[in-house]
Amino acid sequence: MNLTLKIWRQNGPTDKGRMETYPVSGISEHMSFLEMMDVLNDQLVRDGKDPIAFDHDCREGICGMCSMFINGEAHGPGRGVTTCQLHMRSFKDGDTIYIEPWRAKAFPVIKDLVVDRSAFDRVIQAGGYVSVNTSGNTIDANAIPIPKPDADEAFNAATCIGCGACVATCKNASAMLFVSAKVSQLALLPQGQPERDIRVKRMVEQMDKEGFGNCTNTGACEVECPKGISLSNIARMNRDFLSASLKGE
Amino acid sequence: MSNKGLFPTSLSKKYAMAATGLFLCLFLVGHLLGNLQLFIPGAEGKEAFNAYALFMTTFPLVKVLSYLTYFGILLHAVDGILLARANRAARPVRYAKENGAANAGWSSRNMALLGTIVLAFIAVHMQNFWYVMHFGEPGMYSLASGEEVKDLHQVVMDFFGPANSMAIAAVAFYLLAQAAIGFHLWHGFASAFQSFGLRSAKYTPWIERVGQAFSVLVPLAFAVIPVYLYISQH
Repeated sequence: MNLTLKIWRQNGPTDKGRMETYPVSGISEHMSFLEMMDVLNDQLVRDGKDPIAFDHDCREGICGMCSMFINGEAHGPGRGVTTCQLHMRSFKDGDTIYIEPWRAKAFPVIKDLVVDRSAFDRVIQAGGYVSVNTSGNTIDANAIPIPKPDADEAFNAATCIGCGACVATCKNASAMLFVSAKVSQLALLPQGQPERDIRVKRMVEQMDKEGFGNCTNTGACEVECPKGISLSNIARMNRDFLSASLKGE
Repeated sequence: MSNKGLFPTSLSKKYAMAATGLFLCLFLVGHLLGNLQLFIPGAEGKEAFNAYALFMTTFPLVKVLSYLTYFGILLHAVDGILLARANRAARPVRYAKENGAANAGWSSRNMALLGTIVLAFIAVHMQNFWYVMHFGEPGMYSLASGEEVKDLHQVVMDFFGPANSMAIAAVAFYLLAQAAIGFHLWHGFASAFQSFGLRSAKYTPWIERVGQAFSVLVPLAFAVIPVYLYISQH
């Protein structure tokens, strides 16, 4: 396959950045998208040019590192896949492909396609945990009976890999799907109950502070999420936040 | 830090949007039911509509509701502007290529545009009738009860009749506005429930169906009125 790539290049956080065009040839349809990027970077290095910086790690769809906004969609045209799981057979010979970094005020570009997603870490630090006594008399978590549907729902929420596709996709750059998944995975379990109210308030507060946009319920995040995180998590967070706020302190 | 209660977070702005939006849906139903009296022909229709107009402008409970409606419209609009501004600021650098149609409906992606059209319509619509009724000097009409009232029925008839040389443009604008309201509600009705967290596998499909039916039927019924008044008088 021969392709024309239009890729965002930005030397550093303060550089203005621009789209640049790169032709690539000899691409196999069996390659993953990241392998295609490797081919391009190999060529750039051989030509003595600066290779394109992009995030990647496990390359099997579980780490959440690979990003890339491809042809106007987070992780490209595939459904339920990360960029490393996107294959070149999703494209046609001669295609022009736009490759851009996640765009959000809360995700500043570090270089080229690499963005700083530490805003997510700060949201987790604000309340995405349970406080457990580890002073020697710890209780086996499995000793507490949990209804199977609740355990399943909590697990589904916990499959969020924090990649940021929801933010990148949302026309408002809202982080509601991520934050609500992290609220839900604990709100659904008995261990999460003592801090349930304070958790949702702190995490929403931090989310706002980071400069993410507001949810307008378009549902785009759910469609583009590589893990199929459901909008029902956002509804749960909306419920929990309302009830926690009305209780007052 | 977490003792601020409900205001002013991103979620509280969404609750306000949802609450005012659903309240305005109720207003639409009430407004439509009153307007349907315009289909009653002849002197009987004139009497019914003018008696209704008198009731709407004098009955104390209706007064309270009308002030709530003005407040609801203003809050919905101001809150919407605040949210839209914050959402724009959340993505200072736009994408070179966006494919929004791949993952979200057109209505849901254009709520601010649709809302702006609806707000412009409300301003024009109130100037057309509400302003004339409150501050204008239209002809008078004697109700069966003997009371002298402003003849709002005639104002409406004339607005869409041969007396108004711009009647066809008025009809076109009213139809455009109803389409905008329809698309706005297509997303907004069910979205309000989601904002309050009212979502379940059992009820959400029904909320969506009711919302879609509402967003088609109510604006359609409103739209028939100017068309009927125009055609029946030309």
